[in-house]
Amino acid sequence: MSPRKKKMLTLALAVAGLAIATALILTAFEKNLMYFYSPSEIAMGDAPENRPFRIGGMVVKGSVIREKDTLGVWFNLTDYTNERMVYYKGILPDLFREGQGIVAKGGLNETGLFVATEVLAKHDENYMPPEVADALKKSQKYQNSK
Amino acid sequence: MIVELGHFSTVLALICSAMLSIIPLIGAQTNNAHLMDIAKSAARAQFLLVFLGFLALTWAFVTNDFSLTYVASNSNSSLPLGFRISAVWGAHEGSLLLWVLILSIWMAAFTCSNNDMPPKFKARVLAILGIISFGFLIFMLFTSNPFLRNLPSPANGLDLNPLLQDLGLIIHPPLLYAGYVGFSVPFALAIAALLGDGVNPAWARWARPWVLVAWSFLTIGISLGSWWAYYELGWGGWWFWDPVENASFMPWLLGTALVHSLAATEKRNIFKSWTILLAIATFGLSLIGTFLVRSGILTSVHAFATDPTRGVFILAFLTIVIGGALAVFAAKKPQSDPLASDSLAARETFLLTNSIVLSVATGTVLLGTLYPLLIDALGRGKMSVGAPYFNSVFIPLMIPLLMLIGFGQTAHWRRDSFRRLFSIAKYPAACAITLAIGAWAMLEGTGAIQAASALLMAFWVIVTTLKNLYLQFSNATKISPVRRALLGQSVAHIGFAVTVIGVTLVSIYSVEKHVRMSPGESIEFSNYQATFDSIKKITGPNYSGVEATFNVTQDEKVIAVLFPQKRNYNAGSQTMTEAGISAGITKDIYIALGEKIDTEDWGVRLNIKPFVRWIWFGAFLMAAGGMIAASDLRFKRLNKNRRPSAQT
Amino acid sequence: MKAQPIIPIAIFILLVALFGIGLTKDPRLIPSPLIGEPLPEFELSLLHHPDDIVEKHDLIGEYMLLNVWASWCVACAEEHSLIIDLAKQKIIKIVGINYKDKSSDALRWLEEKGDPYDSTLVDFDGELGMDLGVYGVPETFLIDPKGQVLYKHVGPLTLEVIENNLLTLTRPEQ
Repeated sequence: MSPRKKKMLTLALAVAGLAIATALILTAFEKNLMYFYSPSEIAMGDAPENRPFRIGGMVVKGSVIREKDTLGVWFNLTDYTNERMVYYKGILPDLFREGQGIVAKGGLNETGLFVATEVLAKHDENYMPPEVADALKKSQKYQNSK
Repeated sequence: MIVELGHFSTVLALICSAMLSIIPLIGAQTNNAHLMDIAKSAARAQFLLVFLGFLALTWAFVTNDFSLTYVASNSNSSLPLGFRISAVWGAHEGSLLLWVLILSIWMAAFTCSNNDMPPKFKARVLAILGIISFGFLIFMLFTSNPFLRNLPSPANGLDLNPLLQDLGLIIHPPLLYAGYVGFSVPFALAIAALLGDGVNPAWARWARPWVLVAWSFLTIGISLGSWWAYYELGWGGWWFWDPVENASFMPWLLGTALVHSLAATEKRNIFKSWTILLAIATFGLSLIGTFLVRSGILTSVHAFATDPTRGVFILAFLTIVIGGALAVFAAKKPQSDPLASDSLAARETFLLTNSIVLSVATGTVLLGTLYPLLIDALGRGKMSVGAPYFNSVFIPLMIPLLMLIGFGQTAHWRRDSFRRLFSIAKYPAACAITLAIGAWAMLEGTGAIQAASALLMAFWVIVTTLKNLYLQFSNATKISPVRRALLGQSVAHIGFAVTVIGVTLVSIYSVEKHVRMSPGESIEFSNYQATFDSIKKITGPNYSGVEATFNVTQDEKVIAVLFPQKRNYNAGSQTMTEAGISAGITKDIYIALGEKIDTEDWGVRLNIKPFVRWIWFGAFLMAAGGMIAASDLRFKRLNKNRRPSAQT
Repeated sequence: MKAQPIIPIAIFILLVALFGIGLTKDPRLIPSPLIGEPLPEFELSLLHHPDDIVEKHDLIGEYMLLNVWASWCVACAEEHSLIIDLAKQKIIKIVGINYKDKSSDALRWLEEKGDPYDSTLVDFDGELGMDLGVYGVPETFLIDPKGQVLYKHVGPLTLEVIENNLLTLTRPEQ
């Protein structure tokens, strides 16, 4: 094979690889990006209606209610401005507790309840996940600008 | 006193590394053999000094010297001795010392390698490693010094994070770092080649064992991390596409590309600038990984305590080292490659495609990892890229890779024909298809087609590798026996296929059930019956908690008794889940306790993880293959008649 | 294969720029909306005398530092020696807020490490913490004699923070 041909081949392979990768990435991004919303943003109607997203905030003290005989649990998340009720059925992480900052994945149902498919708490007691801190910060700013 | 000696010895190591960074380079430039000779002794001295520092810190942990802030924050007198030792690298400061120690070990090992490298080249390699050690020693001593005292000393320490009190975590970081840091040697070899005589097959032959050993360590380190997460985080996940995992996975992917591209450089004197670039980028990604994990700009379950000044330092260091390397690369880029291959079917084509696929895969992982950072930097909000992104991008890229392995191993260098390759592959392909159809018949559920096609690719790799080995062995003679490089390559490829089998089956056929149970209750799950037999209080050396007993039966026969625990660590009042796992070749049964819901009931997580062990066993085979290949005598041969500039 | 050196360099520069911007987005630099606002009202018991209740007006009247800490918090131990040094200099009143902690653990912790606080309030359920917008422990607030929050620091204190951000704010009016 001549150097020229080889160069063309290399180029063709590289372009094909990049094209496939770009196509994969674009479709995958389209489907799998998870945006993060605070309870206040949800209250203002910013959150998407028919795709999953993440919500973060502090678990409101005294808001955790267990469903009888199942693993279901309701709790409220707050960013100190708004609260949003969350329902989750499953095992909660070890670090889930009242007053702890957590992030839940899921979506809103017709009644505005956030139904979570996954609840995450960071393995670090000292600081909450930055998304949560950021949401709290934004919410407080919003409050101040009123 | 011992601690002060250790501190002092680390400072001396810094001075040593400073000398090592400068003097041999001057020597190499001015052809001064005396100055170049300093490299060897300075590198060995640095190793000894860092080792003494490390011993001193270990001593402080063993003797519970809580006057050291680092010991007080990461240990406790009730912590068992083994964990007190592993606590040395349980947090940022000490793990950085381990990083430097391992770098020094690699350097000392390099001074002992007795092959035909010119002294100038050796001096330059050691000097570049010296620059890297200098940067990390400065970083450690000025921003993260583990030797600092805090008097009056507290009576007791705060305890090691319970997550890290585990056997897997004792050995995971040293092996992972051995891999990460090990890629500094190919990096230094690449830069030294650019500064000196350039890249040629002799250079590639020197570089290959170092790349292979570092790659093997990284493989083991990553798989241990995965194994640890599996049993310690309590929910049976073995890979999360978490930023910290990605940070070690990206150098692994590029390192794999480097292993292959280096083979072509050695055999055919091609892909030279590409190989050099891969060597730079692999180590660059190791440094980026260090930066991501320790600067706190990304969040992760494994991240160390974060400190922005540390981030600034590592970023500056990264810029100097990698930016400098790329500048040298741009200035001294190897000449365009000579004629590569005479036909499209030659092995060169397969190795080229391997490089492209692995680089694209690295790029997609990098993009997914950094995308949240990018969006945040643009002020467009907080978001995360979930595992589905990585899976849907990564899996399609692995299929061509598996396909190519089967052909690439048998292809000749330089000239080959697809007809020959197909004729060799005919029977293995038929065999793999038969096996896959057999597997498909046994599989059930909606994922059966995907599972069977992934298995087909894995079987294809295994069968073609075995056939290739068979051919090689039957052609081998006393004069030209089967080389260890080929043996290692085959073991590693089979290991990759084994991992693919594990990943496929555990991803598609895992069963998970969350239930609420009280002692005495039974539940059906999958084909099993799990009985929550009893629960009792337990007390460990530094924790208290409960342990449940579960009997798992199948057709009235008890097949496993599991003891999942819930522990509450005294010192930090942290709760930890210890899963009960019954390990098996074809499946793991995995039970973890959730929280106590009321007086009697517990949340319980039941999992069946089919073939999950294969993931780690495959990784072990890959690493073993790398080590076998690295031990190929060819790489050690003192070769007087082959000058570095000679063409082969 | 021909690799253009410009491409890797460009990619690398982009990465470094991105990391640089990422670093400026320090998750710890969280401006508190409370700055310039009065300290919220509270009624909390004292750690050493659980029967005594302290209110906001009992405390204010001079510059003081409110240091939120807990015995389970690793970073608090890190800053503790600094707070002890600061207390020895007797230049500012330091009030501890024991946050979501068992009082027995907290007392033991102070006994072991030394007690630099003029008084320590117990915020067992994090009520004051909630009002103060505490994100985690440790956090430190600087309060002026009128009871206004002047400054908030998230994370362990350092010498520079104490010197440059906390104490300098108390000086112009002194």
